Amino acid sequence: MRSSPFRLRALAAAGLVAAVALAACSSGSTASNNSKTGTVTVAVVSNPLITSQMVPLTRSVFEKQNPGITVKFATYTEGDLRAAIERDVSTHSNAFNVIMIGPYETPLFAKNGWLDNLSTQFIAKDPSYGASDLLPPIAKALSYKGSLYSVPFYGESSMMFYRKDMFAKAGLTMPAHPTWAQIQGFAAKLNQPGKVAGICLRGLAGWGDNMAALDTVVNTFGGEWFNQQWQPQLTSPAFTAATNFYVNLVRRYGESGASNDSFNQLLTLYGQGKCAMWYDATVAATSIAGSFPSVFNQTGYAFAPVNLTKSSGWLWSWALGVPQGTSNQGAAWKFVSWATSKGYEQLVGAKYGWAAVPPGTRTSLYHNPAYLSKASAFAPITLASIDSTDPLHPTLHPVPYVGIQYVDIPQFETLGLQVAQQIAGAIAGTESVTQALKTSQSAAAAYTPAQLSAG
Amino acid sequence: MTAVEAGAAATTQVGIRPRGAGRRERWQRRLPLLPALIYIIVVTQIPFVVTLWYSFQSYFWDVPGGAHFNALSNYRLVFTDAVFRGSLLRSVIMTAISVILAMILGVAFALLLDRKFFGRGVVRTLIITPFLVMPAAASLVWRDPMLDPNFGLLNYLLEPFGVHHVAWLSSHALGSVIVVMIWQWTPFMTLIVLAGLQSQPSDTLEAAKVDGAGALATFRELTLPHLRPYIELGILLGSIYLVNAFDAVRLMTNGGPGTSTTNLPFFLYQKVNYAFDVGGAAAAGVVTVILTIIVATFALRMFARVFQFEEGGV
Repeated sequence: MRSSPFRLRALAAAGLVAAVALAACSSGSTASNNSKTGTVTVAVVSNPLITSQMVPLTRSVFEKQNPGITVKFATYTEGDLRAAIERDVSTHSNAFNVIMIGPYETPLFAKNGWLDNLSTQFIAKDPSYGASDLLPPIAKALSYKGSLYSVPFYGESSMMFYRKDMFAKAGLTMPAHPTWAQIQGFAAKLNQPGKVAGICLRGLAGWGDNMAALDTVVNTFGGEWFNQQWQPQLTSPAFTAATNFYVNLVRRYGESGASNDSFNQLLTLYGQGKCAMWYDATVAATSIAGSFPSVFNQTGYAFAPVNLTKSSGWLWSWALGVPQGTSNQGAAWKFVSWATSKGYEQLVGAKYGWAAVPPGTRTSLYHNPAYLSKASAFAPITLASIDSTDPLHPTLHPVPYVGIQYVDIPQFETLGLQVAQQIAGAIAGTESVTQALKTSQSAAAAYTPAQLSAG
Repeated sequence: MTAVEAGAAATTQVGIRPRGAGRRERWQRRLPLLPALIYIIVVTQIPFVVTLWYSFQSYFWDVPGGAHFNALSNYRLVFTDAVFRGSLLRSVIMTAISVILAMILGVAFALLLDRKFFGRGVVRTLIITPFLVMPAAASLVWRDPMLDPNFGLLNYLLEPFGVHHVAWLSSHALGSVIVVMIWQWTPFMTLIVLAGLQSQPSDTLEAAKVDGAGALATFRELTLPHLRPYIELGILLGSIYLVNAFDAVRLMTNGGPGTSTTNLPFFLYQKVNYAFDVGGAAAAGVVTVILTIIVATFALRMFARVFQFEEGGV
């Protein structure tokens, strides 16, 4: 119908428009790289230590002290944060000058060349930073080949929170190192349907959400994600027993609607007095102290419950890293070093009280009398929990992977979510545990051992 | 609709385009259209071609090294993926149930609102409100203040009737999402049907009354046939929008628990944003587009026939 010159010209015109559009997209990446001023965009996870402390303190203190630097925050929930950061750094869009990542991402990103080596590029020239003060397990988890690629904003293990008043009323005593069988017994006695859940547990689908808690149970039941030959073990007797235990515990004695709950929802529930026990991150103690003082006074702490292993707490840290090739790196490090410094702890202590200081990053904090006087209830157990973690030997048997509540391979981002969705389905009751684990096993079996071990 | 346009063009073609018109003249007609054409090509066809290209590549954001050709393996995975098939089925179920129920409610509300009563203007505005609330805001309001198992309003209201702490978004997730969609789309259906009702000639209704027809018979024999094109339009527009429903799924249930509320748009979103599987998502997207084109072609043909029939009948 149309003559060929028309088609040619239309193509040329379309090509021209596309070229102009592409040119417009790619400009702007030529800004100076090491500038110590400018805008720093920070991608952070939305939890209380960040939204109600880091963000306001940045406005009222950091930006005043550094007039040339403007900090912009992009706040996400955990799952969305991972997606946004992964997209940004892997495509080199460089929308974020600073990213909040953890022990899962740091070594993988560093290996891919997506992160600045903070040790050689910044810490070596900045002796006042005091990197040797960082807690060894946390620093190790955030390192790749001996160099730090991210620095911790806070660090955590997992532990059991319980209401001393409810335990006393029911005539129960929580041991310092409870077993899961004991916890189940307590939960059964303390559960009052509709009023107080016997135990609050995570159910929201996400490898950092429900799977973090479940993985620690799996580990202490002797289960594992992969055996030494990288064959998936999600339907093994130990994995099945642990999953059945967890799902039954939350379905019988847990909060209603558990499949939509993770850290923030459970913090609210616990703070409102709707949980007799709560198994979650040690950092929750800091938020309970800050937001729910009356519940804080009634809260007791116990180590992460065990079954076959001696300890079972997870190890995590929300840490700040600088993606490679982004602009204003000098300014970015200024912000990162400020937010993870001893000085920042002082600021929070002065403004929000010492109990609210981000925990689990620096040894010096645990020798600070001001901190210990306010946080004595949970500071020693937090430190001991973090110290007892071993990401290289997470479970009963030797495993080929690193990570307690995750498997440090790139495929885990996808696989972890697939399994987490199945578990959430089992918790909601839309499918059986057996079915959920069968589907999970086949999702894991989609990868060959060669692919997995290459990661 | 394309059939209608094509038919109209065929009958009038001779009139507006004399045979042997000069090249220059044809270009004068085309030129003003060109910017729009280029714009359409740039924003729709180029992305589609890129998607097509990606669908034959293995490209994971979290695996360094970029994209490489892997032939049809993305498509093979799409067709063997039980989650994809489930999402497809769920998209159909969600759209069909919510459009049909919203239409039934819409007709009922429209019939009520068509009567004269005190405060009709206020009631009409109130009924339209759900459609004016931003979908994201509506989803959040439903998720937390309304349906939360521990603090939600619905459980509080139902407590006297023996309903205790139902986790609506866990145990009745799909139903809850559909209810919110119906809640949001009923006003739209009401508006369209109301427009139809108000264009109904009053003399036929009076004639029916004189002939002794009851209210039910009048509705069935006169009002409903008159409303038919309006109802069909409402269903068509509602389906087009609701098959793409994303806000409610993303914000209320995040596709879960498990995959029990994952529809096609959310499946694609998750494939890119959580699995970082650009190739797989592109393949699933291409399959979705092909299926949509097939369904849309049939639907449009059917509606084109319906409209022609109506025009012929008048």
